[in-house]
This record gives sequence, structure tokens and C-alpha cells, in this order.
Amino acid sequence: MITLEKVSFTYRSGQRALQDVDLNIEGGDFIAIMGENGAGKTTLAKHLNGLLKPSQGRVLVDGEDTRKVSVARLSRKVGLVFQNPDHLLFSETVKDEVAFGLKNFGFAPEVVHKQVERTLEALGLSEYAESSPFLLSGGERKRVALAAILAIEPDYLILDEPTIGQDYQQKERLRNFILQLYSQGKAVVMITHDVEFVAESNPKVILLSQGRIVARGPADSVLSKDELVKKASLVRPQMSRLFGELAKYGLPSDVVDVHRARILLEEKLSEAKVRVAQNS
Amino acid sequence: MSLRTLEGFKFSTLKTPVHLLDPRTKFLIVIAVLVPALLFANIYVMIALLLSQLPLLLVGKVARRWALSLRAGVFLSALIFVVNLFTGSYLSAIALTLRFLVLLTSFSLFFMTTSPDDLGLALDRIGAVRWLSRRWLGYPNALSFTFTTAVRLVPTLAVDAQTVVDAQRSRGLELDKGNLLKRVRNYIPILIPLLLIAIRRSLELAEALESRGFPGKEGRTSLFQLKLRPVDYAIIALSLAIIGISFWVYFHYKVPVL
Repeated sequence: MITLEKVSFTYRSGQRALQDVDLNIEGGDFIAIMGENGAGKTTLAKHLNGLLKPSQGRVLVDGEDTRKVSVARLSRKVGLVFQNPDHLLFSETVKDEVAFGLKNFGFAPEVVHKQVERTLEALGLSEYAESSPFLLSGGERKRVALAAILAIEPDYLILDEPTIGQDYQQKERLRNFILQLYSQGKAVVMITHDVEFVAESNPKVILLSQGRIVARGPADSVLSKDELVKKASLVRPQMSRLFGELAKYGLPSDVVDVHRARILLEEKLSEAKVRVAQNS
Repeated sequence: MSLRTLEGFKFSTLKTPVHLLDPRTKFLIVIAVLVPALLFANIYVMIALLLSQLPLLLVGKVARRWALSLRAGVFLSALIFVVNLFTGSYLSAIALTLRFLVLLTSFSLFFMTTSPDDLGLALDRIGAVRWLSRRWLGYPNALSFTFTTAVRLVPTLAVDAQTVVDAQRSRGLELDKGNLLKRVRNYIPILIPLLLIAIRRSLELAEALESRGFPGKEGRTSLFQLKLRPVDYAIIALSLAIIGISFWVYFHYKVPVL
């Protein structure tokens, strides 16, 4: 479990990035951290593996204070995938890139080999194993960056804006992949602006604004509230806006995903059908 | 070496009398410090040159950041001192180490108080730069523009460098682990992404410039015009005098180390 206790952080420039953040992340959790630009999302992520240490309060990873343990040791458990893959790709082949972390953590060569193959397979990157990461498209490079962290098999996976530059099918795959991970008991934390992606995945949502947590709860209850969403400089997902308009027909207003919308609309439609049949 | 040492050469957006001096004036101050510092290997001259820059550092409110750049220079100073101990007397070793600090201070002062934009404007005024630029790149403002852009990208690149370090540490890279050779090799995963980011960014910049019609017509004008004020003329006169006197002394007397 990762525990943040009253964490505040101020950059050396004097800029306050986090204030009194309390948060628990457990195995099996799927959490989306959302908020305006500069809300402190990335700063929060960097606290989870000890890259940044809190100015006040503390962060515990499986009971260990991040101030007292090395980043390398924490990174074995907490995998942080940076937003821009260009900040970490440097190897000649995709295979080497994915193996880098594993080698740093001292895994045996045969384990490294097996793990690299498995991860590439899982992310649909096997055909690029021998290609240079720099010749891949932006979306593919992003997946290589993800593979580089996933191969380490961290217990907690932190993804900074994973959906940027991914086409819809890749997003769909990413969603399934995340689902697999947290149903296997890993924790997935995702930093994102992508309201639709969150609405369809139904994680717990944490809304950050100006360094403070302003709301937390299931995606459908947080993302369907206009005043909350506006605070974090977001707009409600399309389904929520549609159901807001449809409220006068007695439909609930906290619908954010297609699946639930379908069920509710089907009910209404069949009711209507029955009524038409009775009338005639 | 940490990235903070670069702070000692970064422009600070202040409006002190030193910042408001014309960039050409400030460049002449650098020359006026450089000339005696290089002509005489004398301890008193070095100390005088160091002290004479203190008021400028204080008025320019950059003394603290200057201290940072000095900290970066400690290692190099030690190296210079030791090497010169072997080749000359300890007095000349002290003088040469001080000379390094004098040069460091004057460049640091110049870059901390001169905005890249002003520097570009000043370069644009120099006929030789325009001529060279036209010969090489076919456009008189190209060289000064290249220079300004390079200076301006340094802070951006410093931010990128920090992110790259963070990203690789998150993959278990430990920079200060292993023997010397290993430690140097540890920097490969930092330098390659950084280099590629810089190249990619300059290509993007080139495309962005072209799509905005750069270089445009000959004889580009600018919103801000450099103008020498009375203070500037006074300092220029003083600097020229120092340079002149230095050369005169150099050709007429032999100045000892102490």
C-alpha cells in the first residue's frame, strides 16, 4: 500500500505544488488523477516513487518512508511511466530498451529475455523487437516506454497521460490492459485529461485543483457534477451531458458511460413500446 | 556537477542599473577586464580586477548567483592551481588561479545581466556579423538569430535534462554507482535522449520559422532600439582608458607576479 499523509510540496522556486494531500493506493485499485494544467498531478506522481520528497507530511510505500529509501529500490515496486517517451528512449533496439530496467534491477539474463518477450507480446510490439525505438511513430514509442516499465512488473503502476497520441483502438487495448492489471491485484494510477477515457473505464477519480484534492469518488458521481468538473478545468463526458438534457424524461443524471446509458435507454424504450401497444 | 551551476550564467529579469546598460557597453566592460587580466599575471592586479567587479555584482543584484558559479569553478580552480604549481612558482599558480576567477566573474556578470534579446540586437548592429551571416547563410540576421536561439534554449534544455534524469532513475538507473568508468557510462541513458530532444526541437523550430515566413525581407526592423545613454558613454570611455593604459604599461614596464 502507498500512503500519503498530509503531503505538501513546495518547489525551490517557491511555487506551491501540493497541499495537504491524503491518499491511499492499494493493490486492485484503479485511480484516475485529474485536474487542470499545473494542478500538481505530475508532482504527485513523482512523490510515489521518491523522485520528489514531501516538504511536509510523508509518503509510505509498503510501510517504508520514501525519504529513507533510494529511488532505485522504490522503482522496483512503483513503476512510473513518464508522459513523453522521448525523455527515456535511448537504446538501439526496442528489445534493449525494455531490458534496460530489468538489467538495472539485476535480473538474470534468461529472466530478462523471457520478460522482455512477454511484455512486447502483451503490448503488440513483438514485430518491432529489433527495430530502433527512434524509427517508430509517436504512439508506438509511447507503448515502448510503457513496456519498459511494465517489464519490471511493478506492484504499482503510475501512468502519466497514457492516452495522448494513441488512436481509439489503442486506447481500447490500453483500457483492457489496465483492467487485466488491476484485476490481477496490481494498483494502477493514471494521470489524465481524457474525460471520455475515464468515463468509459470507471476508475476512482481524484480531482486535483491548485495542489489540493477537491473531490474523490467513483467516476460517474464525480464527472457528472458540473461545478466539480469545472473546478478542474474539464468538461463533463458526452454521455453525462446527454443525460443531463434527458433528465426531464426521468432518467438519472449521473450516467457517464455508454454501457449504462444503453441499459437505461433500452428500458425506457421498451416501456414506451409497451405503452404504445397498450394504447392501440 | 549539478545543473544548478548553470544558474551563474543565466539571465535574470531584473531592472537594475547594470541590467539597463547597453549590451555593447557591458561587452566592453568584459574586454576591459579581460585585457589587463590576460596581459599581467600579477596577484594585485587580479585582486583589484575581482574587487572592481563586486559593486557591479551588488548593484546588479546577482551576487548570490555569482557565488553559485564560483562554486562550480572550485574544481577547475584547484586543477589550474595544481598544474601551475608543477610548471611555475606557487605565486604564479595563485595569480593564474585568480585570473581564472576574474574571467569567470566577468563572463558570469555579463550573461546574468544581459538579456538574450539585447544580445541579439547588439550582434545585429555589428557590421562584421551581418556580413559574415550574409556570406554563409544568405541572410544578415541569421547569425545573431542563431545565437539568441541557442542561448534561449539553455533553460528549456535544463528542464528536459531534469526530466530525463527522473525518467531513467525511475527505471532503476543509479548515476553515482560503480567505478569511474561505470559512472561515465551511466550518463549515456541521459545524454542520448537529451541530444535527440535538442535535434528534434531544432527541426521543429526550423519548420515553425519557415511557416511564419522567416527570414522575410532584407533589413528586418525591431520593436526595441538600442540607444546609448550618457552613463554608457562614460563607462565606454572608462573601459577604453583601462584597455589603453593596460597596453601602455605592458609595452613599457615588466610587471612582476607580486
